[in-house]
Amino acid sequence: MNGAETLQRPNAAIDLGARRRTRIVGAILILLAAFVVVVLGDAPGDATFRLSRPRDVWVLPDLIVPAQPFIYIAAALTAFLGARQFLRGGGRWTTLSLGLGLGLGVLAFLVWATAGNAFSLTGMLQATMVRAVPIALGGLAAVMCERVAVVNIAVEGMLLAGAFTGALMGSVVGGWGGLLSAVVIGGLFGFILAALVVTYRMDQIIAGVVINLFVLGLTSYVSSQVFAEMRHLNNAPVFRAIDIPLLSDIPVIGPMLFQQNIFVYGALIMVAVSTYYLFHTRNGLRARAVGEHPRAADTLGIDVYRTRYLHVTIGGMIAGFGGAWFTLGSVGRFDENMTGGRGFIGLAAMVFGRWHPVGALMAALVFGFTDSLQQKLALLQTPIPSEFLAMAPYVATIVVVAGLIGRARPPAADGKPYVKE
Amino acid sequence: MDVELKAITKRFGAVVANKDVTLQVRAGEVLGLLGENGAGKSTLMNVLCGLYRPDEGQIVINGTPVQFTNPGDAIAAGIGMVHQHFMLVPVFTVAENVVLGVEPVGRLNHLDLKTASAKVREISARYGLTVDPDALIETLPVGVQQRVEIIKVLFRSADVLILDEPTAVLTPQEVEDFFGIVRSLRDAGKAIIFITHKLNEILEIADRISVLRAGRIVGESDPATATKADLAEVMVGRPVHFEVDRSGAAPGDAMLVIKDLTVLRDDNTIAVDNVSLTVRGGEVLGIAGVQGNGQSALIQAITGLMPAARGTIRFLGQDITHASVRARHKLGLAHIPEDRQRMGLIPDFTVAENMVLDSYYDPRYARGPQVQWDAVNQWAATAAAAFDVRTTSVFAKAGHLSGGNQQKLIVARELSRDTKAVIAAQPTRGLDVGSIEYIHSRLMAARAEGDAVLIMSSELDEILALSDRIVVMFKGRIVAEFDANVEKPEKSQIGLAMAGVAA
Amino acid sequence: MSVNESLDAARDKLLQRAAPDRTEFEDLVIVPLFAFAVALILGAVTMLATGVDLATIGRSYVALLVGSVGSVNALSETLVAAIPLVLAGLGLALGFRAGLFNIGAEGQILMGGLAAVIFGFTFSALPFVILMPLSLLAGALTGAFYAGIAGWLRAATGAHEVISTIMLNLISYRLLDYMLSLPWVQREGRADPVSRSVPDAAELPRLLEWLDPNLRLHAGVFVMLLAVAFVYWLLFRTKLGFEFRASGASPDAARYAGMHASLIIVIAMATAGALAGLAGANQVLGVLGRATPGFSAGIGFDAIAVALLGRSHPIGVLFAGLLFGALQAGGRQMQVDAGVGIDLIGIIQALVIVFIAAPLLVRAIFPWGFRNRQKGTHQ
Ligand SMILES: Nc1ncnc2c1ncn2[C@@H]1O[C@H](COP(=O)(O)OP(=O)(O)O)[C@@H](O)[C@H]1O
Ligand SMILES: [Mg+2]
Repeated sequence: MNGAETLQRPNAAIDLGARRRTRIVGAILILLAAFVVVVLGDAPGDATFRLSRPRDVWVLPDLIVPAQPFIYIAAALTAFLGARQFLRGGGRWTTLSLGLGLGLGVLAFLVWATAGNAFSLTGMLQATMVRAVPIALGGLAAVMCERVAVVNIAVEGMLLAGAFTGALMGSVVGGWGGLLSAVVIGGLFGFILAALVVTYRMDQIIAGVVINLFVLGLTSYVSSQVFAEMRHLNNAPVFRAIDIPLLSDIPVIGPMLFQQNIFVYGALIMVAVSTYYLFHTRNGLRARAVGEHPRAADTLGIDVYRTRYLHVTIGGMIAGFGGAWFTLGSVGRFDENMTGGRGFIGLAAMVFGRWHPVGALMAALVFGFTDSLQQKLALLQTPIPSEFLAMAPYVATIVVVAGLIGRARPPAADGKPYVKE
Repeated sequence: MDVELKAITKRFGAVVANKDVTLQVRAGEVLGLLGENGAGKSTLMNVLCGLYRPDEGQIVINGTPVQFTNPGDAIAAGIGMVHQHFMLVPVFTVAENVVLGVEPVGRLNHLDLKTASAKVREISARYGLTVDPDALIETLPVGVQQRVEIIKVLFRSADVLILDEPTAVLTPQEVEDFFGIVRSLRDAGKAIIFITHKLNEILEIADRISVLRAGRIVGESDPATATKADLAEVMVGRPVHFEVDRSGAAPGDAMLVIKDLTVLRDDNTIAVDNVSLTVRGGEVLGIAGVQGNGQSALIQAITGLMPAARGTIRFLGQDITHASVRARHKLGLAHIPEDRQRMGLIPDFTVAENMVLDSYYDPRYARGPQVQWDAVNQWAATAAAAFDVRTTSVFAKAGHLSGGNQQKLIVARELSRDTKAVIAAQPTRGLDVGSIEYIHSRLMAARAEGDAVLIMSSELDEILALSDRIVVMFKGRIVAEFDANVEKPEKSQIGLAMAGVAA
Repeated sequence: MSVNESLDAARDKLLQRAAPDRTEFEDLVIVPLFAFAVALILGAVTMLATGVDLATIGRSYVALLVGSVGSVNALSETLVAAIPLVLAGLGLALGFRAGLFNIGAEGQILMGGLAAVIFGFTFSALPFVILMPLSLLAGALTGAFYAGIAGWLRAATGAHEVISTIMLNLISYRLLDYMLSLPWVQREGRADPVSRSVPDAAELPRLLEWLDPNLRLHAGVFVMLLAVAFVYWLLFRTKLGFEFRASGASPDAARYAGMHASLIIVIAMATAGALAGLAGANQVLGVLGRATPGFSAGIGFDAIAVALLGRSHPIGVLFAGLLFGALQAGGRQMQVDAGVGIDLIGIIQALVIVFIAAPLLVRAIFPWGFRNRQKGTHQ
């Protein structure tokens, strides 16, 4: 029997599954191209994208795109990518093509919506970053928890608690005090979650749902009972943007990354630090071991319970910080249920980002982009109902968790309680 | 270093896993700890390595009593354990697994994996344990994973090594190599506790033997003078007959015919590679092989739990390659699955519910959309009584039964109907000797009735005792075949085939 | 004695049921009682912390009691509030039994209710005996379809239903807003998003109008009772129910036993959605009379709590739903009488669930309420 030969033969069978996926992606791309041509094909005029604002140090000229040709070229490229999938796709190309095709589709849409108009690209990217912050922080909080195998559905509630505490304490003791309190309260709820699921072995999803219900009830109760009468308790200062010298003058990138408030900087720093922590330090290695194989970690003298408590609490603190963005980072006052599901989208960002801090940030940027796109398009008066644009991030999330964009492995012990004896 | 366990008692709720156990081991010797499954060996060692805390008794090291609050304390005291189920993180590299818990770090808590790899190389060179420090655990065969476990213990400079059933995953040849490693460790002055339920192994490697039965030490003996029969009697508490009566082989027609079968795992790698097999009525075909060489996938493909990528499976003349699990079941295919806790039964369901787990839809138990629970209970009680399933009632949760009774429940469910073929995967793994004997007798009874019986087991002794014919699987292929009724094969012959050396 | 006789004797012994053991009783009765008591106490603490004085707290708990069971009207309100909670809770319980964590009842209620309204006013010419049941059915089917999406995603792609149902909830809010602004749905002459009204022939009739025209108890209570009986039968008496429970308890064992996992997931999810959709239909046809943005008012989330509190057992869900209904009705009274915000009820509900879902916690707080667990139990 010839070894090479026996390894060859099953390939015909193996390919069945992979090839089907390839074909599906190809079909999606061709449909997308058709959609671009049929629905967006009629776009007279030029689309003007502003890359700089008049007072910027380095002023870039506006980007002027002839709409109709651009859209047809984008459609042609997408169709080419789709056709390529049918002819000889597969492997890494499948995911890459899908990403490229979707990107082209979005660009074509943007050009179509802007045709005959002008629109600040820089402004939109800046808004993307801002809107990505709570999602990225929610996702990062979830990453910290799930890396030690605790599923944290309560991210939503922790964000809400952070937002509420930020508003209340910010009004009383000022912005920094409010921020600190939000972080502490987030950490407190992280600790409670850890206690419920680690010590009292409550089902992790139930515990998360309950914390969400509890925080929603408590914050709504207090805001209707107390804030309604005492407005001054719900009137916190807002952290303004701080320009970073030199860097903030870089065109396009500058306004997006370096003319932001501390929440954006905080999120970027935390993503960097937690990546280093998780993948390059001793404690990170131990934490991941606890998430993958808690019993093995235990036999090596790593305290599984303590590790889980610690990381879930840290996750809660990150979520508390992210929650403060809603009040201290944007409007300064708390409204009932003002997080509106951002925590859940953060969870999706974690899945999308393959349980990696940087991945979660990238996914959050995608969500932030659709979010700000929707806002801009509402201004541009496109004929598509704004409700549908508002749904786009949620539909995208479902598509992501359905694994159309490739699937990653969660930590092996994710969601499972650890019983010592 | 000398270690003593003094009057250790350990309970799990109502179960007393260890009762008043006293044991000692000295530097430079191998203590063999013998006991059948469930005797409490692993529990005792988990107490010694700090994972469990004893309810009574104490641990004494070099004359001073110590208290371990967690495994870290035991490691610090120089006690290292290679667990029966490996304690390795599959997605970490060898080096990461070895240093976990005692990692070398540089500035800013930065993991120093270079030093780690170098240390691993050094230890592997010193004791002849070849491994690549940068390989991912999940890509390594079990034999190599075991070496990683030993390196892990040595890296922590343990003086006392506990080896819990280390040979279960090895081929006979690998066992020989492994004994060489154990001897070299002993000669280097380590104290070693070697745990097994296999008599020949303990006679070969141990300097002293202690026997554990039902949580108590029931005897000590000297391997130089002890015989297998004596040890067996002490271990089980009564005389044991290892031989299974296999007289009267009367193979009939081919019932299960597998041709050119290829099965893929989830990640599209090949699990079963172009396998052809025939099982006739009235014969037992044994599948031997080191765990992870495609036996499980083969069985799952035959029973319909994994799809066949290529090839055909015919049963009683019908093509069942793409038939559903249920269709195969209805044709008379009985399946005793490998993992009884996860697949074979539902611990939260009652004994009665588990008895009809795969036949609740049968007209005997169901009318229209409804299940006739009275009929189910009646039948479950009959079957439980007939198959000696010891339970308080059929309404008790299956999870509350002992392992042996859970397996008897599954055997009762699968064999008490009209079967044509029996597929048994690891039918006696982890069971006590009484249950093993009972289940073997039931499988032989199925053979006597003319069923085709297919047995997969990682216990070579079990395969040899039951099978009329034996095939050996290696890397998804059948690499050797023996007809036990013509000439009983030698264990070493099978062992070589299990290691992939062509017969 | 022959072998057969001894076997028969052994058999008969195996058929005897053991008396329910003490732990079971503790879990079913004592834990919920404690949970409820602790939640009320912590609720009082919350009120104290927000500056409510003790007298008012006393008054609000009295109002809670009176408003929930203190009069015919209170009982009627309790039942009215309980009906959708029980219906949706039954659906969730069924999902839990099948191992599906459906957070999407809220969206299924919205979609089901909207469908019932649209069906009602579109076919308003039909007579009551046809229109009312068909409107309910439209709600149930729409809920089933909406939940079925999540079930299908789970079965076909492995997308976890927790995230997909949460997203479907968020989508349903937008979809409802959009539908309510369509000219053929929106009420004539209105600029705000309000649907046309349900015609009389589609309404669930009020049951106690002969006693007092203000009593809102409606025929949905029969739908609720029927649903409880149906779900009980389905779960514990049928083959399908056995399959649900088996796949929930151990997906691997269910596959081994030849059950069709994907199909079961979709059916279980759709059945759960049908019950939630029925809850939504019940709200619009029995209470609200039309659809407005967010008319589900969090019932879908409270229903999660109801299902948990009822330990995913139909009878348990019935009682839990009645309890939560009483809290809702009493909470409204509390707001009127004592001026304490009804959101306090949300806090109490969440606390009840914490303690129910973590019996170890209750045991830790009240060690004296329970027999020592040292013996006779597995871990
Ligand atoms: N974590 C546990 N919880 C409850 N019972 C256990 C636990 N671990 C072991 N046991 C019970 O203790 C007894 C001894 O088990 P074990 O030490 O694993 O035996 P051995 O290693 O000799 O096969 C068995 O009856 C087993 O069921
Ligand atoms: Mg053991």
